[in-house]
Amino acid sequence: MSNYIYLIPMFPLIGFLINGIFWKSMPKSLGGIIGSAAVLASFVVALMVFFEVRTPEFHDKTVVLFDFISSGKLLVPFAFRVDALSALFLLIITGIGFLIHVYSTSYMHDDAGSVKYFSYLNLFVFFMLLLVLGANYLIMFIGWEGVGLCSYLLIGFWFKNRSYTDAGKKAFIMNRIGDLGFLVGMLLIFINFGTLSYTEFFGQLQPGHATLSPNTYNWIAICLFIGATGKSAQIPLYTWLPDAMAGPTPVSALIHAATMVTAGIYMIARSYALYDLAPLALQIVAVIGLATALFAATIAIKQYDIKKVLAYSTVSQLGFMFLALGTGSYTTAVFHVMTHAFFKALLFLGSGSVIHAMGGEQDIRKMGGLGKKMRVTQYTFLIGCLAISGIPGLSGFFSKDEILAHAFAKNPMFYAFGILAAMMTAFYMFRLYFLTFTGSFRGTEEQAHHLHESPAAMTLPLVVLAILSIVGGYVGLPEVMSEHNAIAEYLSPAVVNFGDFKLAGGTEWMLMGVSVVVSVIMIVVAWSVNKKPSFVANTGLAKVLENKWYVDELYDAVIVKPLRAVSEFADRIIERMGIDGVVNGVGKTVRWGGDRIRLLQTGQVGFYIFVMVVGMIALFSLSVFLVR
Amino acid sequence: MLLLLLILIPIIAGILSFTVKGPGARTVALGGALASLAVAVPATLNSGAGPLSYDQAWIPMLGTRFSLYGDGMSTMLCLLVSIVFSVVLIVNNNKSLDRPNAFYGFIMLSQAGLMGVFLAYDALLFYFFWELALIPVYFLCSYWGGEKRITATFKFFVYTFVGSLMMLAGLIYLSMQTAGVNSYAWPDIVRAGASLSPDKQQWVFWLMFIAFAIKMPIFPFHTWQPDAYEQSPTPVTIILSALMVKMGLYAVLRWLLPVVPAGVDYWSHFVVILSVIGIVYASCLAIVQTDMKRLVAYSSIAHMGLMSAVAFSHSVIGTHGIMLQMFNHGITITGMWLIIGMVEQRWGTRNMTKLGGMATVAPRMAIAFVIISLASVALPLTNGFVGEFMMFAGLFGSADNGMMLMVIAGLGVILGAVYTLNMIQNTAYGEAAEGIKVADLSLNEYVGIAVIVGIILILGVYPKPLLDLTASVAGAIAK
Repeated sequence: MSNYIYLIPMFPLIGFLINGIFWKSMPKSLGGIIGSAAVLASFVVALMVFFEVRTPEFHDKTVVLFDFISSGKLLVPFAFRVDALSALFLLIITGIGFLIHVYSTSYMHDDAGSVKYFSYLNLFVFFMLLLVLGANYLIMFIGWEGVGLCSYLLIGFWFKNRSYTDAGKKAFIMNRIGDLGFLVGMLLIFINFGTLSYTEFFGQLQPGHATLSPNTYNWIAICLFIGATGKSAQIPLYTWLPDAMAGPTPVSALIHAATMVTAGIYMIARSYALYDLAPLALQIVAVIGLATALFAATIAIKQYDIKKVLAYSTVSQLGFMFLALGTGSYTTAVFHVMTHAFFKALLFLGSGSVIHAMGGEQDIRKMGGLGKKMRVTQYTFLIGCLAISGIPGLSGFFSKDEILAHAFAKNPMFYAFGILAAMMTAFYMFRLYFLTFTGSFRGTEEQAHHLHESPAAMTLPLVVLAILSIVGGYVGLPEVMSEHNAIAEYLSPAVVNFGDFKLAGGTEWMLMGVSVVVSVIMIVVAWSVNKKPSFVANTGLAKVLENKWYVDELYDAVIVKPLRAVSEFADRIIERMGIDGVVNGVGKTVRWGGDRIRLLQTGQVGFYIFVMVVGMIALFSLSVFLVR
Repeated sequence: MLLLLLILIPIIAGILSFTVKGPGARTVALGGALASLAVAVPATLNSGAGPLSYDQAWIPMLGTRFSLYGDGMSTMLCLLVSIVFSVVLIVNNNKSLDRPNAFYGFIMLSQAGLMGVFLAYDALLFYFFWELALIPVYFLCSYWGGEKRITATFKFFVYTFVGSLMMLAGLIYLSMQTAGVNSYAWPDIVRAGASLSPDKQQWVFWLMFIAFAIKMPIFPFHTWQPDAYEQSPTPVTIILSALMVKMGLYAVLRWLLPVVPAGVDYWSHFVVILSVIGIVYASCLAIVQTDMKRLVAYSSIAHMGLMSAVAFSHSVIGTHGIMLQMFNHGITITGMWLIIGMVEQRWGTRNMTKLGGMATVAPRMAIAFVIISLASVALPLTNGFVGEFMMFAGLFGSADNGMMLMVIAGLGVILGAVYTLNMIQNTAYGEAAEGIKVADLSLNEYVGIAVIVGIILILGVYPKPLLDLTASVAGAIAK
């Protein structure tokens, strides 16, 4: 099956083309069916590939489709890489992608642009699949910018609203800043190694072959990581992600939580051989990841928009994944990508169900007690909250615990800050849960009347994701529970962790215990604070948190406004008065002189030259016919 | 013979157009453009196997011959010229045009000039076609242009005429250095240039460089461009920006780099830095424009800045990327101007603060506009990407400070996203103004735009044909 790997991205591409070309005449439900079927088809093929990859006879392979660029030394085929890492991501993307497509058929059914919506969503899946399937950095980059485009289109999907299109623009531009880093990293690889292909590049990094100075590796790794900070919303390029919540909620679930934003983690896991040689870069990755995990968590505590809380939670969880990468435990990061995809997609879709029931309201101050009217949403959401908080038995516990254990092995300070972020996670998630689903309803009479459980097309994906959020963690049991970490073993030919993580059994039990206890405590605290909520205007630190540490304002003052001012200056002063002033001066002098000699009257100049050219044509014709 | 036809067909079509009364002139011009397209395709395919040539005595007393040469780069540009003219003439169907016979006649003469510039293998012939391409544009701009057309044309004229004269002086000087009798043949000029002392080469370099720098344009020789683009009627803006700027770049690659190598070596780093500054400078200016035409004019200056920076970087991959980008920039910006022309025609303004809602009232146009804009910001799988990537690779590996130059040039990529997305947001998105009624693409507009979008996507996914066509030329220029 892996020889037909191109089928996987092809199905969504076809879906995109059909819905994209016939968007005007296509019936809405058919658009949804085509979109969902395309991703389902990919999922089926991806499953077959996955089982093939797991067989012992399988060898990682590269499937070449055609020559993309061939110019001198620069040879880039349009080729796909099939190995354990790409096969796992294929499953996550198409599996969760399918559920979210199904959910969307109901969620977007009343929207006039729903066929267009499905075409964008299919296009996104296509690019995301290219991203993880590419056999070289350039194909990854194609997918990378392609998903950025779809993200831009879907954030600004309701394009009549200017603040939505502003958010889309911000996402695209911030990603472009990161992409420049990616581009530089790619060129550094090409200049130093003469290739962009993974296998050829990593081959030159094997022990004994790696002969360049560590600085080179560090630079390349840092540049690629800059790309990752854009796409995966890390400090300092994270501010686009919370704004991206302007898009339809299923989009937030698929693109801005489960798949696209994990591209940066995929990129680094894919390049693990490079990062093994770049200790400085790894250190930076760990510190940025940890800082983002903490920083975003503080903001999430004081947000009132249900999607904004989840958005900052996503930024924070992505930070955890980078912490894992930075400590060299690449497979753990991939593990957390997977479990996070389950529970964060679940939480977002749950919030979509809530918003749907509330008639578009997103402010949790106006919710409360929704559980009574929407049991399925409530219980699945609760499972999501328990999973993300790291309650034992659910998926998030295993992956988060592994991250923290490895962080402890690397540097106990990493662990301490990690626990702090995990505590805040449990608090803000349960604050969200209690304010939304328990207590009494705080919205309008009309909304109360309107409250209802969502239809099956929406609740079914919730249930499936809830089950996955529970069982998804058992593929990565901690060492003290099992000798086999299934996911690490599965990934091992494609991704291998850096260094050794032997912790004494007792230490590992203790670390686990600490994180469970603090999470439970924070859930109780969240309950006691929010059981009878009262909302007063925030002051002091709370106000700063509510306003997201004023980072947007800071960027505006330090980057956006100065750029405009400089540009205005260049336009008014340098261009018009400086350069043009000189030119017009020369022009006037010429015209003045022209007027004197009565030859250079405007308009006539051209005429004389035209006569000259006609003369030359005549001369040529003569020479053709007469000279010979 | 194919090469001669490429020039003759538009000349004949042009002269015929002058004689036709009424709307028939457009038909004649369109017929000429399509006929030259029908010739350009086989010419391009044939040149893949080896350069085509044509040689004929012309003015023996001056030592100049009518000699044409079509390698991959030349035929590719001729193909571009004929595609662009065909598309422009398909889309442009202005019934209320004043004196259409003269308008279309000049347009076709300009096409002949452009073909000649890209094919001439004799320096004097090159100069002749250079002027033949430009002069009709003066007329077109000064007669059919916007309100400030006279000022804009005059500025354009002063700039380019000064450049042309300097170039002519340089070429005559070079021909006087040829062995034996004066010759303007390209190989003789190249030999003559290379035999000059480095000091003299530097003088010749500046004579020719200024002409080409104005045409491209390289910062700070660019200020004629936004005015000329703004004031010209849309077809002329397209000729200027999609094709005539390529004259400058082509001239650098064919008539400057190989001709005075020592002069180029001495000044190239200076030019690269100037060009890179120009990228950022023009991008910043594009951000603060409110007129769509001026915005695209500055964005074009930024794009040409990258091409000129790479042209002087002596990189094979980079030069190969320029080849690709010359073609693709021409296609993309043609689509951009066509859409802007339609916007102006329908909304009566190009001022972005007064526009909006295109996606609601004219969705097809909006979709095309978004795709073309994405090609303009070099999104992967559009035609703009591969060339830009190769140029960045070339610039990066070209010098010790290549990485720094590339990163600064790369800022253009970020700023490009800023102004291009601003333009989309202000025109395509948002609410349509109350009561506005505009038609979506008409049939002829649809055909023209579909050709552009089709090329954007096909070459974006599969750029190999163009890469293969120009590989050997790029290798020879950058060696």
